[in-house]
Amino acid sequence: MGGGNQGTAPAPALSVEHLGKRFGDRVAFEDLSFEIGYGEIFGFLGPNGAGKTTTVRTLGTLLAPSSGTATVAGIPLAPENGVEIRKRISIMPEVPGLYLRLSVTENLQCFADLYEIADPAERIDRALLSVNLTDRASDWCGSLSKGLRQRVALARALLSDPDVLFLDEPTSGLDPVATRDVHELILALCRKGVTIFLTTHRLEEAERLCDRVAILNTTLRTIGRPDELRERLFARALSVKTVAPLPDPDRVFARLPAVTGWRSDGQNGYLVSVADLSVAAPAVTRGLVAAGADVLAIAESRHTLEDVYLEMVNEDVEANRR
Amino acid sequence: MSINTRWVGAIYRKELRDFRRNRSLAVGMAIIPVIFCVQPLVTVLALNSQASGPLFHEHALLYLLGIPALAPCFVASYSVVGERQQGTLEPVLTTPIRREELLLGKALAALIPSIAVAYVVYSLFLACVELLAHPGVASALIRPPDLLAQLFFTPLLATWSIWISVLISTRCSDVRVAQQFSALASLPSVAVTTLVSLNVIKASLATALVAAAVLVVLDGLGWRAVSATFDRERLITGNPGRRGRRNGVTRPVAEAE
Repeated sequence: MGGGNQGTAPAPALSVEHLGKRFGDRVAFEDLSFEIGYGEIFGFLGPNGAGKTTTVRTLGTLLAPSSGTATVAGIPLAPENGVEIRKRISIMPEVPGLYLRLSVTENLQCFADLYEIADPAERIDRALLSVNLTDRASDWCGSLSKGLRQRVALARALLSDPDVLFLDEPTSGLDPVATRDVHELILALCRKGVTIFLTTHRLEEAERLCDRVAILNTTLRTIGRPDELRERLFARALSVKTVAPLPDPDRVFARLPAVTGWRSDGQNGYLVSVADLSVAAPAVTRGLVAAGADVLAIAESRHTLEDVYLEMVNEDVEANRR
Repeated sequence: MSINTRWVGAIYRKELRDFRRNRSLAVGMAIIPVIFCVQPLVTVLALNSQASGPLFHEHALLYLLGIPALAPCFVASYSVVGERQQGTLEPVLTTPIRREELLLGKALAALIPSIAVAYVVYSLFLACVELLAHPGVASALIRPPDLLAQLFFTPLLATWSIWISVLISTRCSDVRVAQQFSALASLPSVAVTTLVSLNVIKASLATALVAAAVLVVLDGLGWRAVSATFDRERLITGNPGRRGRRNGVTRPVAEAE
């Protein structure tokens, strides 16, 4: 988890108010409002076509918003500020978009010049080192695998030492080792104070890296810390496993303090809804012992970010059916 | 607006490297001069001394101005649509470079090789005529005013051809379609230079000066016009940003720079 420091910075790195983008009659996203602090890793999740990439392109000054306002890297998203904003941000698009007839170094050299980097050779070496590609510097990009191209694109995004880094599916196509390296790199950037806007479909990645996540499905469905979202969406529960089925579970759980309900959860398993975990957990343990049950395990039932995501997206699917 | 030469230079160098290694573009660019040279050269070499009289009153050498009018269109028409097809346009547009500088870098990368190719071909053509043609024919054909016209009109015609081709490249979604349209759009320039070389349009100092002035203006306007029609939003998403803007929504950030 990145060490977000929102609240300590004088102004947010990204501030979005009622931002929307339409292509004719089609709404890409609308009424988007959130703030991201400097050094925060912000996960942006959503199904295909939810408007994630369009949001990144809009905040990256590639597309004009149809409504709303935004501040990017402390600069208002306005026509006259496009160059200044792009100097302070970096975007790694979903498709690496490398010049395949140019070498890795030549690709990066071009972008180093476009970012007016003072010592391009040193910066290119540093960027390549950070993505473990130093030994492929003189290879043509056309000869690289998909994963290696992805890493070159990441090195390119790091060249300018951006204040805000937009990463669109940065680990797509990477093997587990390379994915872990990218995760470590993202966390290192965060520690340096870089704000990361991470678009991903890999929910375990978002859960592991992000200080906060937003779930988008044309409109912003929810936003918060992953644990906050779990608590907000799902009642807290205890997962109980016994050696043999309880003869009368209702009699065991019903009268215990802070227990609000229960249901079966697989063979010899019970999911006990609780109001206060610190009161309910010892009471459930005592109740089971008093009932003569052989207890295998009692643990807090954990919902993943995936559960949260599926809950939100399924709600939209149900709403559309109706 | 001041031009950032480092940004222009970055695009120029990148484009040159890319073109050099793109065999189809290099071949396409080389074929045009060969087509323009071979047939006239064979004709000139077959002429005897009696032909030098009529040649002296014509400007046959200006036929070769078709090379700078046509040769750059293959490279220039590739410049935007090629990047779009490769998916390399979006990363470039996320950098601070303005559209005017991007287009200038791309235009220069098409212009410099085109001028170089045209001058080299002229030189080879003249050398062949001087060495192999009948001396009377050579002296009737190679005259200082025509050489000066070649020298000055080559960059002007090439630049005009480049802006037309880049404009087409920004509007097309397929490289071959862009190249075919660009070749078609360059034909009027070729027709004019051919008519001058055939003496249908009378060449004089006055017409040369007027034509040069018109081309200088057109070349300058071409850059502005192509920049104005360079719609980031349409190029990235396929949806026009410009029309939406007229309906009262916010202006695309990058387009107003």
